[in-house]
Amino acid sequence: MEIPKQLIPLEDTPGEFVINVGPQHPSTHGVLHLRIKLDGEKILEIEPHLGYIHRGIEKISESLGYRQSIYLTSRMDYLSAHMNNQACSLLVEKGLQIEVPDRAKAIRILMVELQRLASHQLWWGSAGLDMGAVSPFFFAFREREQILEIFEETCGTRLTMNYITPGGVMNDLHPDFVKKVKALIKQFKVNIHEYDKLLTGNIIFQKRTQNVGFLPRDLAISLGASGPVARASGISCDIRKLHPYDGYEKLDFSEIVMDKGDSFTRYLVRIEEMKQSMHIIDQLIDNIPEGDYRARVKGIIRLPEGEYYQRVETARGELGVFVVSDGNKTPYRIKYRTPNFSNLGALQYIAKDSKIGDLVAIMATLDLIIPDIDR
Amino acid sequence: MKALFRYFSSIFSAFKSLWTGMRLTFYYLSHPKTILTQQYPENRKTLYIPEAFKGEVVLIHDENNEHGCTACRMCEMTCPNGTIKITSITEETEDGKKKKILDEWIYNLGMCTFCAQCIEACPQNAIKMQNTFEHSVYDRKELIKKLNHPGSKLKSTKKI
Repeated sequence: MEIPKQLIPLEDTPGEFVINVGPQHPSTHGVLHLRIKLDGEKILEIEPHLGYIHRGIEKISESLGYRQSIYLTSRMDYLSAHMNNQACSLLVEKGLQIEVPDRAKAIRILMVELQRLASHQLWWGSAGLDMGAVSPFFFAFREREQILEIFEETCGTRLTMNYITPGGVMNDLHPDFVKKVKALIKQFKVNIHEYDKLLTGNIIFQKRTQNVGFLPRDLAISLGASGPVARASGISCDIRKLHPYDGYEKLDFSEIVMDKGDSFTRYLVRIEEMKQSMHIIDQLIDNIPEGDYRARVKGIIRLPEGEYYQRVETARGELGVFVVSDGNKTPYRIKYRTPNFSNLGALQYIAKDSKIGDLVAIMATLDLIIPDIDR
Repeated sequence: MKALFRYFSSIFSAFKSLWTGMRLTFYYLSHPKTILTQQYPENRKTLYIPEAFKGEVVLIHDENNEHGCTACRMCEMTCPNGTIKITSITEETEDGKKKKILDEWIYNLGMCTFCAQCIEACPQNAIKMQNTFEHSVYDRKELIKKLNHPGSKLKSTKKI
């Protein structure tokens, strides 16, 4: 791996051309700013500029308590809000050595897998939109809307939930939850074939993604890529399998690993992951254990002195939370290792020497969430 | 000859894949019953907002205009954004004891992130999240609300 030594100069040199994509550009997701050095249509170098949506979540968390700072993590990767809350809650539970009730664990997995479905659906719609297909967006939002309505009934909000708390979950399930989730899964098993008809089999989509944007296996390892991006390059990195949490070890599901490493493989990995998420929900929805939905935790949480690390698998990869505690009610230092930041690092190596038109297809399949990169 | 056949079959399969997608689009175009779009401002009367929806914080008042807030300020301390400001006055009861009584329960809706941690923290269960929405106003000052109704009193905790 060759690390670029100098930044792209501001002036154009003869034969080379520097353009800016973003921070407000319709084909970028959020406020990502890319400076691209071009030779004709060929990309020579890409330099991502960060910081447009930096809110200092890590620093704010140092002045808030452990319980208070969790709501901020929903605003990092807003499409994996449940997973982010879960990571922090698991860390606090690890520090205090609290046993979470079985019902809470089951509810957590159900919510997290529904969130993964919703996230991949939105990605599927926007991936089509990036490549000029408008109708997939409406098909994706049809299912996503139903999932968000289920969240709204139980958690009270649709996007930034703050539902998973240390010790369990915030509220018990809504009485209609099981019925609605069953109806949703039954419908989505039929509707996922429409996804194949619209986009997977489409010749324009295939030509734009197949054999475009290769990420080799060794490069993905050295860049720290994770989630579907790394799994499409043949790396087994599913935290749900490797370091199970919240009872994933009892469930039967398979990790999707594919070898080719191009944009179309990254697309296929996510489509297959949606089917696995449905399989997990199928196993749990009929056997949610009875009992408490939350263990008793003190109002003000003080973690014992020491260092803690917890990782979870979000919809985009591995999220790690690292906390140094000095025994007070606020963390001494908190650090989030976010999946999108590492995946963005892969962009400049993937897109090198490809055409500028392919950049949009590569970025669509990387599935970047910019607030998660900047935090 | 083989290359020519492959060339034409690739054109044919390309058209077939496009037709598969277009047929699905036309199916939904010709079946208006499958439309899920809600006409929001028009359907306001039949709109279903779940009971648990976090719209705004309210102080629960019963029919005698009594609330349960003892001004212990747990919610104010728990709130991560400084949304809640509680002022209390000290009153002397008949038997000479000094007692804190809620004066104003100020709630700044503009700063609230609807994390519902104040509701978790309240030991008296005096506040709750209401499922109201459409909170936009023309002046920012209108978002700062006084939640305790005028003339309201603390609910008597003595059992009769």
